Amino acid sequence: MAEAKPEQGTPSGSRQGLSTQGEAEGKARNMTQGGTKHKIGEGPGRLLVSLYGLFTVAAGSRAVYQLLAQYHKAPLSYILSAFSAALYAFILVTLVRGGESARRIALACCGVELAGVLVVGTLTIVMPSAFHDQTVWSYYGVDYLGIPLILPVTGIIWLRRAAQQGGTAAAPAQLTADA
Amino acid sequence: MVSHPSGGRIESRHAQCFPPSPHPRAAAQVIGALTIVVSVAALLLAAWCGLATARDQPTKDWHMIGMAVVTVLALAQLVVGIVQVSSGHKPTGGAVVFLAYAVGTMLIVPAGMSLVERTRWGSAIATAGGLVVAALELRLVQVWGGGHG
Repeated sequence: MAEAKPEQGTPSGSRQGLSTQGEAEGKARNMTQGGTKHKIGEGPGRLLVSLYGLFTVAAGSRAVYQLLAQYHKAPLSYILSAFSAALYAFILVTLVRGGESARRIALACCGVELAGVLVVGTLTIVMPSAFHDQTVWSYYGVDYLGIPLILPVTGIIWLRRAAQQGGTAAAPAQLTADA
Repeated sequence: MVSHPSGGRIESRHAQCFPPSPHPRAAAQVIGALTIVVSVAALLLAAWCGLATARDQPTKDWHMIGMAVVTVLALAQLVVGIVQVSSGHKPTGGAVVFLAYAVGTMLIVPAGMSLVERTRWGSAIATAGGLVVAALELRLVQVWGGGHG
C-alpha cells in the first residue's frame, strides 16, 4: 500500500499525487463503486448469479444441440433459444463483474429479457403455429418452473434496489456475511 | 440391480460382452426407482435448506452432507444410465439428450454448493438447486421413456 506501483491502476496512482481532499473524494468514490460491486453479485445477487448461470448452461446447451441436430425442424424456436441463452450469459457476466455501469447494462438486459418472455409467451398462446418447437420462453417459461418469467422481474427489483440504497446498504449485508 | 433370468453366476464369464438387450422393462424400472429416490432426496434437501433460508441461516456441515447425498444418488443414476444405454437401451428422447440431462442433474447441486455465500442466500441457492434437480428428474423420466405409463 505504501509503495506506488505503476501497474496498480489510475485511481491509486492519481491518489498519490492529490491533496487530502482529493484523496478523500477518491476513497469515497472507490467505496461507492466497491459497495455497488458487492451488492449486485453477492447476497441475494448470488442467488441470481447461480440461476442465470444455470439458465445460460441450460438454454445454451439446448440451443446448440437443437441448432446442430435439427435446425430445419424449427429455426425460429431454436434461434430464440440461442438469443435467450446469449442474453442470460451476458447478464451473468455483468452481475459477476459488478459496478455501476454493469448494473445499468444488466438492468437494460433484464428489461429485454422480460419483454422477450412476455412477447414469446403471449405469441405461443395466441399463434402457436408460428413455433414448431418449444423455446425457453414458450408459455412464459412454464416448462422451466416459470423461472424465465420470475428471473427478469426479480433481477429488475434487485438491480433497482441496489441503486436506491447506495453504499450504506452494503453494511448490513456484510455484517450478516461475517456473522 | 437387474436380475438375469439364468442366474447371476454366469455374469463373470460374460463380463466382456454385454447382452444385446437386457430386459428393457427392468431397466426402465431401475431408472424409474432411482428417479424417485433422487427426486425425494432433492425435495427434502430443498425443504431443509428452505427452512435454513427462512430462519436466516447459512448452510452448515449437515446441509453439505445432504447435498453430497443428493449428488452421489444422481451420480449413481448417471452410472446406471450409462450402463443401460451402452447395453442396448434406447431412450425415447435420444441417448445423447438423456446423458446430457443426467450429467447436468448430477452437477447442479455441487455447482450451487454455497461455500462462498455464507448467508441465508447460500441456503436459498441450495434450495433452488434441490428444486431444479427434482424438475430435471421429471424431464429425465420423459427422455428415458418410462414416465408415461
